[in-house]
Amino acid sequence: MSAQVLETPVRTALAGLLLAMADDEFVLGFWDSEWTGIAPVLEEDVAFASLAQDEIGHAQALYQLLADLEGGDPDELAFGRPPEGYRHARLLDHPRTDWAFSVARRFLYDTADAARLDALAASAYEPLAGVVAKMRREETYHLLHMHAWVERLATGGEEPRARLAAAMERLWPDALCVLDGIEGDDLLAEAGVLAEPMAAVRRRWLAGLAPELARLGLPAPPAAQTGACRGPGRSDDFRWLWEQFTMVRRSDPEAVW
Amino acid sequence: MRTLTREAVWEALAEVPDPEIPVVSVVDLGLVHTVELDGERLRVELLPTFVGCPALELIRRSVADRLAGMAPRIEVEMTFAVPWTSDRITPDGRRKLRQSGFAPPGPAAVVGDARPLFATIAMRPTATCPWCGSADTALENLFGPTLCRTVFWCNHCRQPFEQFKAV
Repeated sequence: MSAQVLETPVRTALAGLLLAMADDEFVLGFWDSEWTGIAPVLEEDVAFASLAQDEIGHAQALYQLLADLEGGDPDELAFGRPPEGYRHARLLDHPRTDWAFSVARRFLYDTADAARLDALAASAYEPLAGVVAKMRREETYHLLHMHAWVERLATGGEEPRARLAAAMERLWPDALCVLDGIEGDDLLAEAGVLAEPMAAVRRRWLAGLAPELARLGLPAPPAAQTGACRGPGRSDDFRWLWEQFTMVRRSDPEAVW
Repeated sequence: MRTLTREAVWEALAEVPDPEIPVVSVVDLGLVHTVELDGERLRVELLPTFVGCPALELIRRSVADRLAGMAPRIEVEMTFAVPWTSDRITPDGRRKLRQSGFAPPGPAAVVGDARPLFATIAMRPTATCPWCGSADTALENLFGPTLCRTVFWCNHCRQPFEQFKAV
């Protein structure tokens, strides 16, 4: 299926999905980069820098897909919007905080994202299916890494365990938003762009996580969350990050690299 | 101009080094998806190794530069039509990687449509030391100095080495 054959409502919903996914990966990548130089061990400096590069690369590919679909320039999409224009899940509105918090967030995000990518692997929109096939292979390394850290902190004594559990408890309602806030996801499912509506993807994610959370004695998700999932209201922390990642471009928007 | 053959194009492509690991060529790494010769038009499609690899444009341009002049119209494009996987690295490419101190990747895990979220733990990579050949090695870091590398430690020769990621 190419962009030309999409009916307008499906096309609009697809554009919304691409923007949400791109913004999720983009903002997470910048939060990851905040650990460069100050991670608990040297290996994690390297790992989080590499994770950041992966995510920003994925965002770049998704912004390109959106530009191919709707016109526009991927760099302008990435850097040219005000903070209220971003559509990332509010899970990504939090700062990096401490290590356990970053691990908890990344673990919840990566597993949710894996469920989302699974639902797009056989997408009828072929350009997206192609990019997703690559992303899934790379994200496997993220899943392995974050799962190892969750296990290490959960079984590593009182303090790491308490910090991890507290972070998860706090983040759960916002994590549910990663698989929410996509308008027209039912239309995307009908058109075969997405395997099933987001609520079903979310159920599959939570069912996959439940036994592991129970095994490690970590907090289970709440039954539901309330409030807007993807803006436009944004945290001061995200506004600070936005100032950082748009700083160079704002200093000379016309510069050519 | 002599008639251009596909073989000549492949030979030229085999001379284009990977910018990060120049001992291997784009052909060794399996980056070439298609070579199409259609009258005056030569079109080559390349597969990105990693979505966020900063060297993609550099690779595309190196290929275009090497092919310049071989046909009146030359197109070199990157495509996600099929995913590049590390299984595409040729036996020759693996030998060259080993000789320059990189452990070649193991078989890439099949990323199925309905994998459980934690089946991936069995995918944790293992490697043989490219310097001394010992299998007594430990995974040091899944992530390394570039997107495509993992860091190991060899317990036998007591030094770190890198493995190309299995993706």
